[in-house]
Amino acid sequence: MMHRLDVQPGECLDRRQVLNFSFEGRNYQGYAGDTLSSALAAAGVAYLARSFKYHRPRGILSFANHDSNTLLQVDGVPNVRGDVTLLREGMRVSAINTFGGLAHDKARVLDRFARLLPVGFYYKAFHSKRLFAVWERMFRALTGLGEVNLGAAREATPKRYGFCDVLVIGAGPSGLSAALAAAENGAQVALVDESLTPAGNGAPAALLDAVHASNAITHFPATVAAGYYADHWVALASATHMTKMRAKAVVFATGVIAQPAVFRNNDLPGVMLAAGAARLLAHYGVAPGRRVVFIAANLEAYLHCLEFHARGVPIAAIVELRAAPDDHAAVTACAAAGISVLPAHAPYEAICGPDGAVAALLVAPLNVAGQIDAGATRRLECDAILMSVGWAAAAQLFLQAGGSTRFLDALQQFVPQELPSGIFAAGRLNGVYDIDARLADGRRAGSQAAAHAGFGAPSSAVIARSKRCPSHPFPIIDHPRGKNFVDFDEDLQVKDLENAAQEGFDSSELLKRYSTVGMGPSQGKHSNMNALRILARYRGIGVEALGLTTSRPMYHPVPMKLLAGRSFYPERRTPVDAQHAAWGAVWMAAGNWRRPEYYAVSGESRAESIDAEVHAVRGAVGIIDVGTLGKIEVHGPDAAELLDRVYAGRYSDLKVGMTRYGLMLDESGVIIDDGVIARLGEQLFYFTTTTGGSATVFRELLRLNALWGLDCALMNVTGHRAAFNFAGPFSREILQGLTDIDLRDEAFPYLAVRSGKVAGTAVRLMRVGFVGELGYEIHMAAGNAVEVWQALCASGKPKGLRPFGVEAQRVLRLEKGHFIVGQDTDGLTDPYEANAMWAVAMKKPFFVGQRSLRILQARGPRQKLMGIELAAATPLPKECHLVIEQDAIAGRVTSVTHSRTLNRSIGLAMLSPALAEIGRDIRIRVDDGAMLAARVVAAPFYDPKNLRQRVDFRS
Amino acid sequence: MKVMVCPLNGPRPVSEFAYGGEIRTSPNPDTCSDAEWSAYVFNRSGSPGAKYEWWCHIASGFWFAVLRDTTRDVVVATYPAEAVRCGLTPLPAGGASA
Repeated sequence: MMHRLDVQPGECLDRRQVLNFSFEGRNYQGYAGDTLSSALAAAGVAYLARSFKYHRPRGILSFANHDSNTLLQVDGVPNVRGDVTLLREGMRVSAINTFGGLAHDKARVLDRFARLLPVGFYYKAFHSKRLFAVWERMFRALTGLGEVNLGAAREATPKRYGFCDVLVIGAGPSGLSAALAAAENGAQVALVDESLTPAGNGAPAALLDAVHASNAITHFPATVAAGYYADHWVALASATHMTKMRAKAVVFATGVIAQPAVFRNNDLPGVMLAAGAARLLAHYGVAPGRRVVFIAANLEAYLHCLEFHARGVPIAAIVELRAAPDDHAAVTACAAAGISVLPAHAPYEAICGPDGAVAALLVAPLNVAGQIDAGATRRLECDAILMSVGWAAAAQLFLQAGGSTRFLDALQQFVPQELPSGIFAAGRLNGVYDIDARLADGRRAGSQAAAHAGFGAPSSAVIARSKRCPSHPFPIIDHPRGKNFVDFDEDLQVKDLENAAQEGFDSSELLKRYSTVGMGPSQGKHSNMNALRILARYRGIGVEALGLTTSRPMYHPVPMKLLAGRSFYPERRTPVDAQHAAWGAVWMAAGNWRRPEYYAVSGESRAESIDAEVHAVRGAVGIIDVGTLGKIEVHGPDAAELLDRVYAGRYSDLKVGMTRYGLMLDESGVIIDDGVIARLGEQLFYFTTTTGGSATVFRELLRLNALWGLDCALMNVTGHRAAFNFAGPFSREILQGLTDIDLRDEAFPYLAVRSGKVAGTAVRLMRVGFVGELGYEIHMAAGNAVEVWQALCASGKPKGLRPFGVEAQRVLRLEKGHFIVGQDTDGLTDPYEANAMWAVAMKKPFFVGQRSLRILQARGPRQKLMGIELAAATPLPKECHLVIEQDAIAGRVTSVTHSRTLNRSIGLAMLSPALAEIGRDIRIRVDDGAMLAARVVAAPFYDPKNLRQRVDFRS
Repeated sequence: MKVMVCPLNGPRPVSEFAYGGEIRTSPNPDTCSDAEWSAYVFNRSGSPGAKYEWWCHIASGFWFAVLRDTTRDVVVATYPAEAVRCGLTPLPAGGASA
């Protein structure tokens, strides 16, 4: 049974500070500095969890966050990682994934039905569609991890951006010496290590001190390099925040991960990895038991053994899988200390005691061929079994970075083979095991990384790999009754992997996906290597022929809060946003902007308000904020030439002081944007684009201008300038009272543009006709927009002015038959189909889309945008409802509204050429399948002769 | 996130840039056949390899040409837009890796 020893030299605890906490409802005490796992171990809690599938009791395995045995629910937070989470006063801790508590988990019965849960069980069970729902409900309940608290408060976590010349991942001997070497070469270094207590993992104290004394090294303790992204961008996750670190070079000193031996009941509480138990002992003063058996297959086992012996932990025996231990002083010292070694023996079965933890180990002789003599087992009484049989390279992040590995038979380990530019590896990851060699390899890698980042000359040292083999080639012992676990996260036994291979999933990638080996929270850190060995044996090939699977980011699971963004959705507002709100604006999104859809008036419905806004424009005056339109200026001798090339119309012959509609096409002749182009001077044009298209149109014009090298410059003034459309029969009269510009028809004809002042503010005034009434578009500096808006509203109010929103504008323009790019046209609509050839100057020498239009002209349109009308009593179809002719789709409605002005429903529809003739009856299929009758009519529907553009029309 | 070296602004995160498509030479619209023109407008080569591409540094509105090896996702070289006008060095047919 695990228990706390007296104060150990170099421990991380503050024993004067006692912390109270509870586990599964019982109260315990730990010390400041304890992790959850160490505190529970010290308190003698035998097991902390139930396993994922069979609900077997599980205790500490790696004490390094390399397994999911110590995932805990802490104060309502699920899946807290007990090995690496510091204990705090008052923590309420419980196990995860139990039914009725850890000790009495009702689901533990599953352990006895293991035979009914074969590998690939989900694929097999879920095969039946009929039973799918049943299985799904059952397994969602049975399997899984901690419980998510849906009522948890939102926590914002900061994201930081870091920059360094050399990033060193891992602060063991090689990482520390790499960091120091890089810093000495002049590089700014970031040193990341996941352990809570950066003790150097055996590095000389002088090296640790030198690293801490260096001003050029920034430390990131208790931080995981969780993911590698392009161009040396590494996600550094700490408990509280994420740092996005951009490095010029990266040294991987990520080391190796201790691997378990696989034998029956190797998952019993009390069976641990020796490396973890050694840390538990040295840093936290926790002994693994009172009678410890080592399972050994490398030198590290003997070194650990001596350490345990020195600290007074009784050792029952060392079970050595190899025929003989290394020829090394540590081995001799063990023998001298009276520790019995059983060479060529293997663990056959761990025996479970009454408390659910290990009580004894059955060992059996192992012959040279690796076969076990099950008839000659011996029983070793013990309460802890510590495994030191091998290592796996912590190459996950290295593989993510694009590195490749190869398997070295002599070391039984994957080592880096190809290093991408700016990537360096050092230490045990490299297969370098002796401490002096690790330090030298670190210096080499640090120097080379610094040189890559531009500091100093690279070291040309060549460091030899270890001559002794630190890992057993096959630490896996078969047992007829199984329960010899390979993957502790996913409860996978040897036979599960063999069965998967037998069923045809016999490559490492397929085996992983089918059996789920390595797909648990620890992502195969303790299981992938053994799984590969089992697969290699099954196929009769070497491990090197199989290759590693690349695990995805994150390297360790990372709390979602560290990854979550800020819910940041920027929204643009025009300068008169507050004025809209004061009028009761109901908002809608338009591109990045918010715009009034309509203005709510108390006592009116939405439809009534929109109707009243339309009515105000037709009968009196209205004002709409069109400041969201893209607004661009082009200056220079070639300004007209640029516009001639990018728009379909002709602008070189546009007179100064006049405007002209602009239609923009892409190379295939499709309409992509439109706007109004005003010529303010011989070499100055000012033009608008659609709201949604402003950024992309401007960017494309910049590209074309750069490509053609014309002598003109573009300026995007969308945000600089505000714009209103002031329209209605009273608009001229009201505006004249506010401006020095002569608005008489002869001085300021339709489609003219003038500069002057409105309400004391410099404006550009354009006489436009989009809504079908006498109207003026007023463009001014954004900073003066409020004054102008207020002056227009104040003057207009006595005449019945209403501001109108996007909805009313859609009705008004539809009554005039104007199409909206992107609503009435789509990504295939050309100007022939949209009846917009009046805006195209085909005789120009060149414009974008011209060549395609020639082809389209010859081919003839495949569809035609036509006006349609429906009787007033007919229910309104929706946009995109289909036009049906002889049971086939023959078009679609693109815009439709009820026009109170015209007392009928009108719309635009994209129709097949056969239907596109005035007077043709068509049928529209609506949501419920009903067919509505409509007729093709001529557009514009309202004021087809444009009489209302005349200044004298009313007055 | 990748870093792109803009000829005007230096190394910047790629989120500051907009991709403008592969740089392709238009056939002469006045002399080419309809089929040639259609092929130019609608067909793109998806084969991996070295390609000239348009990229724009959005904040400064600066367009430039990039020679990018799409197999390795590596920017081999960048050029100002004038280089496109004057004619970039033709790449080997099939877009072999640079």
